[in-house]
Amino acid sequence: MSASAIFFYILSISILGAGLLAVTTKKIFRSAIWLLFSLIGIAGLYFWMQMEFIAAVQIIVYVGGIVVLIIFSIFLTQQSGKQMARPSIGRIVFSLLAVCIGFALTYSLLQPYVFQPPSSAPVDMSVRNIGNQMLSTTQHGYVLPLEVVSVLLLAAMIGCIVIAMKIKTQAK
Amino acid sequence: MNEVPLNHVLFVSTALFFIGMYGLFTRRNMITMLMSVELILNSVNINFVAFNKYLYPDKLDGVFFAIFIITIAAAEAAVAIAIIINLYRSHHSIDVKDAEEMRF
Repeated sequence: MSASAIFFYILSISILGAGLLAVTTKKIFRSAIWLLFSLIGIAGLYFWMQMEFIAAVQIIVYVGGIVVLIIFSIFLTQQSGKQMARPSIGRIVFSLLAVCIGFALTYSLLQPYVFQPPSSAPVDMSVRNIGNQMLSTTQHGYVLPLEVVSVLLLAAMIGCIVIAMKIKTQAK
Repeated sequence: MNEVPLNHVLFVSTALFFIGMYGLFTRRNMITMLMSVELILNSVNINFVAFNKYLYPDKLDGVFFAIFIITIAAAEAAVAIAIIINLYRSHHSIDVKDAEEMRF
């Protein structure tokens, strides 16, 4: 087993362990920190697959944006040291059952499948190529989804402001 | 990278998906449910990038799908947190059991 494979297994164990702790720990702030470690591990997985651009986007958007947003909203809405209520035993048992059965079903379908190895030469995964294809208007260009997603981001931004805005009552 | 078969990467992403599913089933706090949704979206991203890298290294489509999923996840998290803060203002709680006006 080479160093690359060992690195992959260490990364996957840390991703799954941190994810499992993020959904099971009792304190909500610790849950956010475990989620942070899990997302960093996923960024490491992208680095391991030599997808540097996706890894950088993952770190910037998830680790630097979403987790910080979640931590701020935890601070705004509740005491971070407070223990969360334990879910009932019946709910734990049945969700564990559903999750295990779903995982077994999916993985038993996945395991015997033989993937065809690629036949063509790999393309250059540099940022220049990604940017060129994203902004090209030819057949495999992604300029229309880019525009649509930019409109979606604008709508989400305005929607956030409108939803979270405090309506001042006229005190006269 | 070639020593690890694709099935092992898919095992990791499937396990992460169902971990997020377990969190979505058991948690009753809206912020922790949002975290579970983020885990699920990340497992899907791992799938896209792994399929692109292993099976179609001559294309970039998986990368674009991953980028768009990350963008939409960011927008979704921002809107969800705005709703959570608004709910906390009116109910003084972000537990889903306390928000039951529109339940039936």
